Amino acid sequence: MIVAKPKPVEEIIESVNGFDRILLVGCNECVTVCEAGGRKEVGVLASALRMHFLNQGKNVRIDEETLERQCDREYLEEVRNRIDQYDAVLSLACGVGVQFMAETYFQTPVVPGVDTCFMGVTEERGVWSERCQGCGQCVLARTGGICPVSRCAKRLFNGPCGGSTQGKCELSKDVECAWQLIIDRLTELGRLDDYEELAPVKDWSTERAGGPRRVEREDVRQ
Amino acid sequence: MRLQYPGGIRIVSVPCTGKVDLIHIMRAFEKGADGVYVLGCMEGECRYESGNLRARKRVDKAKDLLERIGIGGDRVSMYNLSSSEAPRFVEYAREMTERIRSLGPNPIKIASKRHEAA
Repeated sequence: MIVAKPKPVEEIIESVNGFDRILLVGCNECVTVCEAGGRKEVGVLASALRMHFLNQGKNVRIDEETLERQCDREYLEEVRNRIDQYDAVLSLACGVGVQFMAETYFQTPVVPGVDTCFMGVTEERGVWSERCQGCGQCVLARTGGICPVSRCAKRLFNGPCGGSTQGKCELSKDVECAWQLIIDRLTELGRLDDYEELAPVKDWSTERAGGPRRVEREDVRQ
Repeated sequence: MRLQYPGGIRIVSVPCTGKVDLIHIMRAFEKGADGVYVLGCMEGECRYESGNLRARKRVDKAKDLLERIGIGGDRVSMYNLSSSEAPRFVEYAREMTERIRSLGPNPIKIASKRHEAA
């Protein structure tokens, strides 16, 4: 899922300052799971903003809505008939949702309420960590299902660097060395021979370095 | 025991303090409560293992948020006691009432009245 974290409430207040009618929109997908922008967080933030502005003597209307997704047009359409009632949308979706909302409602300012962090997993409640950087050319088949792009700080493809110590990365003792994890897993799988094969030079043009990306599939396109 | 405790307290019963969420505390303030305190079982003695510990985290979060938006984090507290400790129940009720009295009314209540009058 896409992992996000709530922005500090002071920053949100600053970004919506001056708007009198605000639609606060959550998203029912990733940001709900990582407890940053679901229905619950919408309720809490709306309540906090209402109290803040009332206390400041400002008459600000804050309405709440949580869409199934903000990265699909069909769900964004659900607010079309009332979007004109608002001066701005405060979206708690990831950066994708915020942008698609802004594209869909071109006349309405859309501001983000969360900081989008990465694609990752829930290690335990309250702890999320990165697993994928969407490089566009998956190498997990060769690396024991552990990604050297997202989990190695240097994105190395042929074993660890000299900074790997007792299974930890030189960045911090809290960061696992991805290549230690890969070697451990290949050993467990009895496929350590895979480690001996030199990885070909990676085509980084499929990653962000090649500019904004797009997937087009004629088999499912309408 | 027939102990007396301050009359301005409205008790909201929940099956476990683990049920108390941030939104419940926020809504109480939005509706004009001057203070909110959560009374949970003793730590380590939760029937559901961690309900009171979760409640404490949520109370801490509410304190932080209310402080940041200018309502005041001191208006929220969490206390622990066992169900047989009536004198302690009264002690906490008095302590909280005194604290809230010293802090004054919920600024939202005052702002709402000012807003309605305008």
